[in-house]
Amino acid sequence: MADRDMTTTLCEQVTQACATHTPLDIQGSGSKGFYGQPCGGEPLAVSGHSGILSYAPSELVIRARAGTRLAEVEQLLHDNRQMLAFEPPRFAAESTLGGVVAAGLSGPRRPFAGAARDFVLGTGLINGKGEALNFGGQVMKNVAGYDLSRLMAGALGTLGVLLDVSLKVLPKPEVEYTLTQVCSQAEAITRFAEWLGKPLPLSAACWYDDHLHLRLSGSESAVRQAQHRLGDNLLEQQPEFWASLRDHTHAFFRRDRPLWRLSLPPATPPLALPGHWLIDWAGAQRWLFSDADAGHIRKLAAELGGHATLFRNADTDADIFQPLPAGLFALHKRLKAALDPAGVLNPGRLYKDF
Amino acid sequence: MSAITEVIDRGTFVAGLASLPDHCVLDDDDELRPYECDGLSAYRVKPWLVLLPETVEQVQFILRYCSAQGVAVVARGAGTGLSGGALPLDNGVLLSLARFNRILEVDTANRLARVQPGVRNLAISQAVAELGLYYAPDPSSQIACSIGGNVAENAGGVHCLKYGLTTHNIARLEVVTIDGERLTIGSSALDSPGYDLLALMTGSEGLLGVIVEVTVRLLPVPERAQVVLAAFDSVETAGEAVAAIISAGILPAGLEMMDNLAIRAAEDFVHAGYPVDAAAIVLCELDGTNEEVSTQIARVRELLKSEGASEVRTAKDDSERQRFWAGRKAAFPAVGRISPDYYCMDGTIPRKHLGKVLATIRAWSEEYQLPVANVFHAGDGNLHPLILYDANKPGELERAETFGGRILELSVSVGGTITGEHGVGVEKINQMCVQFNAAELTQFHAIKHAFDPRGLLNPGKAVPTLARCAEFGRMHVHHGEVPFPELERF
Repeated sequence: MADRDMTTTLCEQVTQACATHTPLDIQGSGSKGFYGQPCGGEPLAVSGHSGILSYAPSELVIRARAGTRLAEVEQLLHDNRQMLAFEPPRFAAESTLGGVVAAGLSGPRRPFAGAARDFVLGTGLINGKGEALNFGGQVMKNVAGYDLSRLMAGALGTLGVLLDVSLKVLPKPEVEYTLTQVCSQAEAITRFAEWLGKPLPLSAACWYDDHLHLRLSGSESAVRQAQHRLGDNLLEQQPEFWASLRDHTHAFFRRDRPLWRLSLPPATPPLALPGHWLIDWAGAQRWLFSDADAGHIRKLAAELGGHATLFRNADTDADIFQPLPAGLFALHKRLKAALDPAGVLNPGRLYKDF
Repeated sequence: MSAITEVIDRGTFVAGLASLPDHCVLDDDDELRPYECDGLSAYRVKPWLVLLPETVEQVQFILRYCSAQGVAVVARGAGTGLSGGALPLDNGVLLSLARFNRILEVDTANRLARVQPGVRNLAISQAVAELGLYYAPDPSSQIACSIGGNVAENAGGVHCLKYGLTTHNIARLEVVTIDGERLTIGSSALDSPGYDLLALMTGSEGLLGVIVEVTVRLLPVPERAQVVLAAFDSVETAGEAVAAIISAGILPAGLEMMDNLAIRAAEDFVHAGYPVDAAAIVLCELDGTNEEVSTQIARVRELLKSEGASEVRTAKDDSERQRFWAGRKAAFPAVGRISPDYYCMDGTIPRKHLGKVLATIRAWSEEYQLPVANVFHAGDGNLHPLILYDANKPGELERAETFGGRILELSVSVGGTITGEHGVGVEKINQMCVQFNAAELTQFHAIKHAFDPRGLLNPGKAVPTLARCAEFGRMHVHHGEVPFPELERF
C-alpha cells in the first residue's frame, strides 16, 4: 500500500470549500456509503492519504493515515499476534481506517473489550476551516485538553476530515472457542446477563434462529475450564461465524427489508416487534429486519433506555438516527459550528439539519 | 475564555439566593478557609462564596442565577485533585457537590450503578461487592476522591492498562449547563445517538458543565488476582522487563515501577517488605480466571528473571498482595514524610523513551539540587516524578516549578503528553502552550464557547488564552513557524 501524505492538498481543498461554502462529501473506500443520511456534496477523496506511520508492538499503539486499508493494519497486527480488539466491521476489502473511526462501529467483541471510541488515543484532523490539528497522542493516558479525538469516533466526518488515527491495540488471545446451543431468545438474554456478571473469559455472545452462540478467549486452560463450567451441552462451532456477523455476510443479513439496529440495555427482555431478530453484544445490540413503523420502533427503544438506527435499506428521505431531545440537538449544532463554521464537512450525513 | 474582571457586591448576590436553605450558603471567613485549595496545596485562594446545594433543582437555580449575574462558578468534588482544577476564585462561586453523596440505583442485570457525583470512588465498589461486582478505575486517592471529580478529570489509576480510564467505564451523565439546563449524555445502552459527548465531557475539568449524576459500568470481580514483585539493579533494565512482558502478549491488570528513593520512602512508611537496596522494583498484577492467572504468573516470573531481575517474589496470599500494593498506593504520602514538600508531575511518555527521560531527569535533579523520587505507571507510560523541595527555603518552590515544567516539556518532545491523569488545572496551563499550537488552542476555545459562551465555568483553568501563551514564551513551534506572530511579546 502506498505511503502518501496528502495533508497539504486536503487542507487546501477544505479551505477552498469553506471560502466558497461548498459542501464536501468525504470519501474513503465507500464501503459504508449506505450508512447515515445521504449528503450529496462535492466528493473529497481521502483514501489516497495512506500509510502506517508508527507501530511498535511493545507500545501497544499503532498510528496510521486515515486512508490506510483496515486489512493492511489488521494483517500487520496479526503478524505480531496483536489485534484491534473492537473488531471493526469490514464491509468491503478496501475499508479504510479513517472510515472505521468516523463510523465508530464495533464488532462482536465490543461488550467485552470496548468500542472503537475506547481504542482511539489520538487523531490528526482537518477542521472545517481547513486547519490541520492534532488532538490526543500515541500514549494510553492523556488528559491534556478536551478529548476531541474520541469525539471524532462516530461523528461520520461531520466534525473533521480525519488525517491519521492512533489506536490502542491488544494482544491476541492464545486460543478462541466458539460454542453453540439451542435456546430461546428470552432464555439467551437471561443467561447472557447472568454470565456477564461472572468472571468468565467471554469475548462474544449472540442469539440467532433459536441458538445462542458464545466465544471464549484466553489461555487454553482457562478456556477449557470455562467451557466445562458453562455446561456440557454446548457444542463447538466454526469460528467464521463471528466474522460473518461482524461484516454482515451472514445469511441473516441477506434480506431487503429495512434493517434496524437497536442499541439497548443488554438485559432488556425480547421486544414485541414483528420481524427477524439477531441479538448480538450479549443483548446490547439487536438487529431487526422489519417493516414496523419507524416512530413506534424509536419510541419503544427510547422508553427502554436505548435508541434505534435505520442501518440499511432505508427510504431515501427517512431519518436514519434517533432524533435528539431539543437541548441536546441545539448543543450538537453549536458543536458542529465550533469545528466547521461554514458547515462544509459532510453536512446532513448525521442529522439533516447540520 | 473571557476574564472575569468585576463582580457584584457579595451581600447583594447572596440576597438573591434566599430560596436556598441557610446551611447551603457559606460566606464567613472561617467557613470559607477549608475550601481555599484542593490537593495542589501550593495554590490557595480564599473563595468569594461557597454554595453547597442538595438537589439538582438547586444546582440549576444557582447556575441560572450566576449566569444572569455574570458570576463565575468553580465546581468542586472531594477536593483531592492534584492540578488545582478546583482552585476557587476570589470573585466567583465555589460550587461544592459534596452533599450529593448517595448511590441511587444498582442495576445488577445491566451491571450499572447510578450515583450522585459526591459519592467516593471506593464506596461504589464497596456497595456492589456483595454482588461480585466492582468499579474498575482506582486512582490512588480512591478512598477520598469523588466520582464526579473522577469524571471531570478523567481519572486513571493503577489498573488502566487493562481496564481503561474513567472515560471507558461510565455510561451516562446528567449535566447542568451554565444556563441551568439539565442534559442527559450517554445512556444505559452501550452507545447513544449523535456525537460522543460522554468523551467530550469526561476530562473537561468543569469547563463545559456541572455533573450532577453519573452512571458507571460495573465489572465482575476477577476470580483471582496475584501480584509479582521483581527487583532490578537499574531502572533501565526494569523498563526493558516491562516491555518484554507486554511484547510476550500478556496484559497485566497493573504494571507499576518505583525507583530507589520511592522504594525506601514507601518501605519506611508502610513496611511493605520492599527490597530497599534495589534500584527499581516492578509490581506486576495478573487477574482473571484461576487457570489463566496460574499460566501467566509462571510466564511473567520467567520473563522477569530472564530480563535480569535480581529477585522475583510472588505474593503468597491476598494479604501479602495487599501489602505489596500498599507501598505503591502510599508512595505519595510516603515521600511526603521524607521531604517538607513535594511537587508531583504527571507526564506520559511512549515507554520506549523511559531510559532517556529518566536519565535527563537525573541530570536536572543535580542541576536544580532537588532530589526526585520516581513512581511510574509503567504499563501505560504515565510517569510521576516527585520533586522534593522545602517551600520555606527561599527559591525552592520556584526551582521545583521550573524543573517540573521542563519535565513536562520533555514528555511532549518525546511524543507524550503533559498530563496523563491529573489534569491541567492551573498547574500545567503554561505547558499547554507547548503541547498545542495556536490553531489547536483556538479550537478548544471554540468548543468551550459552544457550551459556555461567556466563559463562566471554571475560568482560567485547563486551556490557556493565546495571550497567556505569548507571555509564557515557551510555545509550540511547528515547522519552524513562530507562533502567534500577531501578538505582542512580553
